[in-house]
Amino acid sequence: MDAIEAEHLVREFKNGPRAVDRIDLAVRSGEIYGFLGPNGAGKSTTVHMLTTLLPPTAGTARVAGYDVVHEGPQVRMRIGAALQEAALDPLLTGREHLRLQASLQAMPRNERRARAGELLARVGLSEAADRKVGGYSGGMKRRLDLALALVHRPPVLFLDEPTTGLDIQSRTALWGEVGRLAREEGVTVFLTTQYLEEADVLADRVGIIDHGRIVAEGTPAELKAQVGRPSVEAVPADPADRKLVGEILARFGEPITSAKGVAVRLREGESDLAGIVRALDADELKVEHLQLHQPSLDDVFLAKTGRSLEGEAPEEEQSARPGLAMEPA
Amino acid sequence: MSAFADQVFLLARRSVVRTIRQPANVVFPLVFPMLLLAVNSGGLKAETRLPGFPTKSFVAFALAVPFIQGALFATMNAGTDLARDIQTGFLSRLSLTPMRGIAVLAGQLGGVVTMGVIQATVYLSVGLAVGVRPASGALGVLVLFGFALLVSLGFGALGAFAALRTGSGEAVQSIFPAFFVFLFISSMNIPRNLIAAGWFRDLATANPVSYLIECVRSLLITGWDGQALALGFGIAAAITVVALALASWALRVRMAR
Repeated sequence: MDAIEAEHLVREFKNGPRAVDRIDLAVRSGEIYGFLGPNGAGKSTTVHMLTTLLPPTAGTARVAGYDVVHEGPQVRMRIGAALQEAALDPLLTGREHLRLQASLQAMPRNERRARAGELLARVGLSEAADRKVGGYSGGMKRRLDLALALVHRPPVLFLDEPTTGLDIQSRTALWGEVGRLAREEGVTVFLTTQYLEEADVLADRVGIIDHGRIVAEGTPAELKAQVGRPSVEAVPADPADRKLVGEILARFGEPITSAKGVAVRLREGESDLAGIVRALDADELKVEHLQLHQPSLDDVFLAKTGRSLEGEAPEEEQSARPGLAMEPA
Repeated sequence: MSAFADQVFLLARRSVVRTIRQPANVVFPLVFPMLLLAVNSGGLKAETRLPGFPTKSFVAFALAVPFIQGALFATMNAGTDLARDIQTGFLSRLSLTPMRGIAVLAGQLGGVVTMGVIQATVYLSVGLAVGVRPASGALGVLVLFGFALLVSLGFGALGAFAALRTGSGEAVQSIFPAFFVFLFISSMNIPRNLIAAGWFRDLATANPVSYLIECVRSLLITGWDGQALALGFGIAAAITVVALALASWALRVRMAR
């Protein structure tokens, strides 16, 4: 049984576009599924439907085996979620948050204290546990948010842009913890992101969403393979050698444009790289820079949508959040 | 303790804790009504010489007002806190747990009622310290606390309703002056039968807040006045029932899961 299943899932907003447009999902147990897309693509709306915060306009979805519309309480018992903005009470301490969350998840009273301590240690907040959250940094809030999502040991975890706004250290630490959860505890992770690197590093499979529709799905390697073979770019140490270097590279693939030097799309793939180095050496041509470019998920996104994901600002699909202005159609 | 009761208790405790951690939310509801009481008691003391004025102590007469003012502050604080939970997404966090939605409202109001009772204790203590002796005796004081609890609950539910409908702390705060208008056009400073201006007497008579004040006042200066108690408790209960119904409905809409 898949941990997350969705069939023809739709969400429309009054006077607004169709935020999610007949998407199908099948996320296996223990898998990290990266949901990649630009601003307003429908990522957060999908998460809100799968976590029972927002009823779908049409279609069905099951999480941990339960229908998100008709079996909401059962779903909520089996999921943890860290939404786009760490929803914390600035007046409570980290420890108070965890104890409250444990109680609301109906955890036995005698387990709450130990579980709170264990999670605070795991996310590196033991020393700050009794400080009010209002004084926490962004990274600390994110880590507490993750700990709150894990209080009741959920088998399915939803992380909605968990690393947006974090520095690289905090981001790497969070990636490590998410990876550990999937590998060691078998937690299924549904992760929305607009960071290509995050999806590439963390996700077992990636779904690319644009304008509410899934435009591509597969492992990062499969998706990149759909786009094409890797390329090599060489920048000669002496600009006068540019033509000769270009001739050598042309033996290994079709020339493509390069701003700084010469580049080719490799005919055989990355195994050509050693041959290129040997050929350059044999002709005593020195290069200042030689780089193998693997197709990136951005190339995939570009190929599928005609736009690039790089440089997109953090997503703010606030209209999709319950409690704010937009109403269901 | 059942899981539901435990959740309500913890949410009520959170409500009290965060009120206490915002000194302005504690100090103003306690100090402002007492300041107004001191000013009015000094400035309007001569009223006690009016024929038919029900007591010789204006402090005893005016002490009823802080109980209602305190409830108004509770309205604003409860509403503002709940609106903040909506704005920060904390309500969504609560919605993501298997708890029943009504526990959120019950917990929030539990905190408001607790603060309301604490405020009532302070007001009454100040009154006792300056020589007010409740005419209805110790049992009357118990009834007074019961009334303060009911009024806090009703007004707190109104604040919660406003917060749940608007989702904005600013919107909740903007209705606060409107509540104060009701207070000032009531019998807060003079008995209705002694109000000379006919239009003002009519407004005060039509204003339900007058009966809430007169209920407290009867316990403090008259003794057991069945009519005043029935009107006060009846109106407070009606406000509470309507406000709770509205707040529960708004919560269901807000937490549509």
